[in-house]
Amino acid sequence: MTTAVGSELSVEWAGFRRVQRLAYECAEAVAARLEPGVTEREAARMQRAWLRERGVRDWFHLPFAWFGDRTAFTGFRVPLQFFPTDRALEPGMPFILDMAPVYEGYTADIGYSGSLGVNPVQDRLLADLEAHRELILREVRERRPLREIYEDVDRLMVRQGYANRHRAYPFGVIAHKVDRVKQRRWSPHLFGFGTQSLKGLAADALHGHREGWSPLWSPYRFSDHPPRPGLWAVEPHLGFRGTGAKFEEILVVTDSRDPGESAFWLDDDLPHVRRWAEDK
Amino acid sequence: MTLEGARERFVRTGGIELCVAELGDPEQPTVVLVHGYPDSKEVWSEVAARLADRFHVVLYDVRGHGRSTAPAPLRGGFTLAKLTDDFLAVVDAVSPDRPVHLVGHDWGSVQSWEFVTTGRAEGRIASFTSISGPSLDHFGHWIDARVKRPTPRRVGQLLGQGAKSWYVYLLHTPALPELAWRGPLGKRWPGILKRVEKVPGGDYPTASLRSDAAHGAWLYRDNVRARLRRPRPDAYAHAPVQLITPEGDAFLSERLYDDLDRWVPRLTRRTIPAKHWVPRTRPDRLSAWIEEFVRSVEGGRPGPQATGRHAEWFGGQLVLITGAGSGIGRATAFAFAEAGARVIAVDRDAEAAARTAELSRLAGAPQAWAETADVSDEQAMEKLAERVHREYGVLDVLVNNAGIGLSGSFFATTSEDWRKVLDVNLWGVIHGCRLFGARMAERGQGGHIVNIASAAAFQPSRALPAYSTSKAAVLMLSECLRAELAARSIGVTAICPGIVNTNITSTARFAGADEAEEKRRQKNSARLYGLRNYPPEKVATAVLDAVVRDKAVVPVTPEARGAHLMSRFLPGALRRIARVEPKL
Repeated sequence: MTTAVGSELSVEWAGFRRVQRLAYECAEAVAARLEPGVTEREAARMQRAWLRERGVRDWFHLPFAWFGDRTAFTGFRVPLQFFPTDRALEPGMPFILDMAPVYEGYTADIGYSGSLGVNPVQDRLLADLEAHRELILREVRERRPLREIYEDVDRLMVRQGYANRHRAYPFGVIAHKVDRVKQRRWSPHLFGFGTQSLKGLAADALHGHREGWSPLWSPYRFSDHPPRPGLWAVEPHLGFRGTGAKFEEILVVTDSRDPGESAFWLDDDLPHVRRWAEDK
Repeated sequence: MTLEGARERFVRTGGIELCVAELGDPEQPTVVLVHGYPDSKEVWSEVAARLADRFHVVLYDVRGHGRSTAPAPLRGGFTLAKLTDDFLAVVDAVSPDRPVHLVGHDWGSVQSWEFVTTGRAEGRIASFTSISGPSLDHFGHWIDARVKRPTPRRVGQLLGQGAKSWYVYLLHTPALPELAWRGPLGKRWPGILKRVEKVPGGDYPTASLRSDAAHGAWLYRDNVRARLRRPRPDAYAHAPVQLITPEGDAFLSERLYDDLDRWVPRLTRRTIPAKHWVPRTRPDRLSAWIEEFVRSVEGGRPGPQATGRHAEWFGGQLVLITGAGSGIGRATAFAFAEAGARVIAVDRDAEAAARTAELSRLAGAPQAWAETADVSDEQAMEKLAERVHREYGVLDVLVNNAGIGLSGSFFATTSEDWRKVLDVNLWGVIHGCRLFGARMAERGQGGHIVNIASAAAFQPSRALPAYSTSKAAVLMLSECLRAELAARSIGVTAICPGIVNTNITSTARFAGADEAEEKRRQKNSARLYGLRNYPPEKVATAVLDAVVRDKAVVPVTPEARGAHLMSRFLPGALRRIARVEPKL
């Protein structure tokens, strides 16, 4: 994929790519250490410790871990239910690790789905996510309004026989903007979200509100605008009965007229992409 | 009599000759069927015939019944210890090297519990399927627990079972039962079975009924009081057990089995909507469950593993759903699949049906198939029915779900529009009920038909004249059919969902609107339904619940329930709401 547009930009993207890779490495390392009896809290703590050891000091949001039917957000009503619980992992159970570290001022937000042992349902869900990755990129390049793309993703999920589970996220978002964050000595967080990142998001929301766009990619009217240049963490989340699967990675949107350069995935060397390639 | 092709022999044990019949290939796993009271081994004739081509089926007349001889004296000749001797003698004769799969009904099950919990038979029994007959030891502990800690609920359970056991008290009176059976009761019994228990006539009960019943009274007298008073403390099952509970059993409360997990480490529960004599009334279901259980135990698993809602009810049942390619139909297919049912997904979109079938298998259906048919096409439906009955068998549950939407003023609705919506929404249901329901009724082993109507069936609206008419017709059709099929133990349910988030809106026709306007309205209504966001999965849950509880009309979603209530108590208000034209 074409990445070299301006040297300044490509330096910036390299920074984002570094932190995204780091986060996925963390997910793979933690996933390899999961075993029966490990709780969501412990899995979240493992992610946090792994990243802190490697220099992460601030977060877009603290690491999440969901096990079993919590991967499909079964019975979620209030946002507090997203936080890790004492649910213990059992053989065959699906899990999702979701983390958003800030490293050297760059933010990543990733989602990693897997299962302890074999889980044919989740395997199927993961395989079917590939079509969503292609659909999203294609329609963003076509500069379709985000709300319409959201609805097309929704339709594809329904056709596949799945439920849309990113609808459960705050504002039902399928994606949100990520940006550079100022490194501060003290970086508190609020309800699991880093205050620096929240500040950035709020500033974007304010600007967007004036200019008619939003840093949140939702099914609502405020997302009825073409893709806005910048970096978007995209997270389609499928659910089938009590099993869920998602990926989350950064999509780069530029103002280039060349369709190939107007939008592309920041990194194509990620666990879920490699997995699809292997299956072929 | 009815055990065609059976090889008979007599096994001698403790001064008794037991009449043993064998069917099928002795190389196959052995299934031993033990009959109850007042019966002989012929009670199993229907089940045995169904199992004979896959298993080595063994039946025997319990001592004093059928063509086996009776002990002398009778008193003390029917103790569980002696019955265990008989069983071991039969098993040693028919399957000396391999443990057998045991199935018992009524007293056959009561004595089989003794076999499966006594150390003497350990290693001789591979699995046990219990139908309508508790272990006397477990029963004793059950009573004990309720007498010692009598909470109101437990006292109610005790009194309930106490009332159901009236015949046990009568059987303990001396001489009277024998007189009754050899006299008027013996004469009337076949009629009573047919009328009260809905047992089909034919060659059952057999000619030996009077002596079977008279001798069998000693089963109760020799064992019940002794065991209930002093139940064994170590009555743990040494083999996996499948418990089949007929819901409408007049003699045994379902609550009897509440504490069973304590005694049976590997327990599979099944529930069947039927009365006591299931080997006569539900041979298909019974033999399917026996086969499934035996196969899973032979394969090294303790039992079938469906975990969904009502799995004990729908496991192994054959379910057909029309319009299963999307929306409520697809969600219903998945819900049945999770409960372990075998699913036939029918849709006019072949790809969507195939997808539903594939995911159904992932969700837990032991088998799932996709079929392509347009429900409004009578010939296509006839072909479908023919193929389904030939390849998969008679349905246990039929869900007529396929439907289309049509909105617009009555005067804008053309006769072509009318025909289309009635063809799918009404005629589709008629074809389904007629073609599949007829075979269900003919089989005479129960079943259930679910028709997906709509809240529009009782909520008038100026925007949906044709759609509402079609759905009201489906509602009334369901009610009439329910009345007709009640005698055949087939339930009929009309489900009336309100606004459910499915793709019915994006395919709906808007009469009187041009193409662009129709697209716009489809999009807007889809968005509205999306905002309402009532998931089709909840309708699917309602479908399964309705089948289990045999409900007649089930409104789903709060607005549907509200409209249903208003249609009864505030019809005027409902009519005023009907005048509002929805803005799209």
